[in-house]
Amino acid sequence: MGTASTLENIDAVRAMIKRAKLKDHIFGLVGLVCIMLILLTLLILFVDLVVDGYPKLFSADFYSNFPSRRAAKAGLLSALVGSSLVMLVTFVSAVPMGVGAAIYLEEYAPKNWFTEIIEVNVTNLAAVPSIIYGLLALGLFVYTLDFGNSILTAGLTLGLLILPVVIVATREAIRAIPIAIREAAYAVGATKGQVVGQHVVRYSAGGILTGVIIGMARAIGETAPVITIGALTFIAFLPESPVSSTPPFINFEWLTSGFTVLPIQMFSWLSRPSSSFHVNAAAAGAIIILVTLLMNGIAIKMRYNIRKKIKWQ
Amino acid sequence: MANADLTTKAEARDFNFFYSNGHHALKNINLPLYENKITALIGPSGCGKSTLLRSFNRMHDLYPGNRYEGEIVMHPDNTNILDANVDPIEVRMRISMVFQKPNPFPKSIFENVAYGLRVRGEKNKRLLADKVEEALKGAALWDEVKDRLQDLAFNLSGGQQQRLCIARALATDPEIMLFDEPTSALDPIATANIEELMNDLRGKLTMLVVTHNMQQAARVSDYTAYMYLGDLIEHDKTGDIFIKPKDKRTEDYITGRIS
Ligand SMILES: Nc1ncnc2c1ncn2[C@@H]1O[C@H](COP(=O)(O)OP(=O)(O)OP(=O)(O)O)[C@@H](O)[C@H]1O
Ligand SMILES: [Mg+2]
Repeated sequence: MGTASTLENIDAVRAMIKRAKLKDHIFGLVGLVCIMLILLTLLILFVDLVVDGYPKLFSADFYSNFPSRRAAKAGLLSALVGSSLVMLVTFVSAVPMGVGAAIYLEEYAPKNWFTEIIEVNVTNLAAVPSIIYGLLALGLFVYTLDFGNSILTAGLTLGLLILPVVIVATREAIRAIPIAIREAAYAVGATKGQVVGQHVVRYSAGGILTGVIIGMARAIGETAPVITIGALTFIAFLPESPVSSTPPFINFEWLTSGFTVLPIQMFSWLSRPSSSFHVNAAAAGAIIILVTLLMNGIAIKMRYNIRKKIKWQ
Repeated sequence: MANADLTTKAEARDFNFFYSNGHHALKNINLPLYENKITALIGPSGCGKSTLLRSFNRMHDLYPGNRYEGEIVMHPDNTNILDANVDPIEVRMRISMVFQKPNPFPKSIFENVAYGLRVRGEKNKRLLADKVEEALKGAALWDEVKDRLQDLAFNLSGGQQQRLCIARALATDPEIMLFDEPTSALDPIATANIEELMNDLRGKLTMLVVTHNMQQAARVSDYTAYMYLGDLIEHDKTGDIFIKPKDKRTEDYITGRIS
């Protein structure tokens, strides 16, 4: 078929193009509907929680009160503090381990069947149900290492949980660095350590942080593993403050303290027979979603900023 | 070809190179680089120009399984830079390289040029600043960037970025500089700038330049080597190669019969 024949059959060709385009539109429409359904579900969920929790959400007492037997007085304080401290431990444990492991796998590990197996399994770890991590932590941190039902145990458990996310994000960020940049560094006489420390880690820092935030956003809503290791549901005291105004200024007492976290507090309110507690649960749920969305938003914004600053050519 | 007033800065002797997949990319290469002269490497695509160039600073060591055979000797110290006892880092500190595509670091202009000195442990601010200025002047970029040394290097034009990479390579006072098609990603004006720059460096530095551009080889180089399928076919004064090549294959290439 040359141009002449196309011209001769021009009407048939036009009809064909039209049919093909119609298909495009239908596919586009189906995709749009799917997206809308997902967004709508999330939105309805969130609006519902906000409406239900409305009286609590906008009352300052809710954030400064301990849990209580009376729904009207019950507050979120211990859960907020607990979640923050647990996240701190998660961050401090997952970031160096995850980034270190990723750097080893990307930069140093020889390519053989052994590292291949490690690689495959790291990715698979992300698919392990979180309650399994809870069981592992119960055996390892609580019984074997005797850390107790503490903030330390919870933070380490969630750290393990998000480790695969951190590793995968770090490796992706490292792989995005062009070979030409590494070669440029080697060509002026840099050692491997210098290339890793002064280039690879720095240029992938944004991507790493993005992965970490996404992992933490997942961890903050995790319930199953934290229940498994024995988080408390009713806690009317705060852990020792990590910082103080008298020497030695920082202490680690808080690590061994009992604790509760946001999703567990929500769960405990939800399981009360009295429906007056359900307002509290809804408010707590709204806060969890808000924090999660906020963290993801920060991650997206950061990724955008980094892409703008370091654009590989 | 031996010439009384020429000093050999480095030479490949019976040099063979094998990629990790077993490909025998360079076969019995014997090639001298004369001190303070520009040697051009020409030949059809895939003949091994980049492979040879990258052997001179042991770039192939970055990837496991590659193998060198024979010697590349540097003078006056007679060091075989391929020797297993010679650290590739030491080689790269003596021989610097400019790549085909400009590859500045996502750092400031100043830090890009200073980087080679930093890895050598230089911390003296005064000295760093002087060296950076000198290198940028040597790369004919100083006047364009002297007021914005702290700007990100990515904000420069392609031609400026390539001159920045040349400055980065110059800053460490290398004995030999390698260029792998340094102008192939640049427009004609930026190309002319780089060629002019190489002309300025002539007589001060030993250079090895891979180029696909016959005119460029003729314009900038003192000596030219013609490669074909991993063999070094001919090496001579640039004028002689272009006017009366000894080998039929060289003649075919420079007259455009094979490309
Ligand atoms: N990493 C590698 N592994 C295996 N073979 C390679 C590798 N890099 C290059 N080669 C092969 O080695 C030969 C020489 O390649 P080289 O890149 O040196 O050619 P070149 O002369 O620089 O070509 P061009 O002008 O296209 O840049 C080619 O046959 C190429 O396919
Ligand atoms: Mg090449």
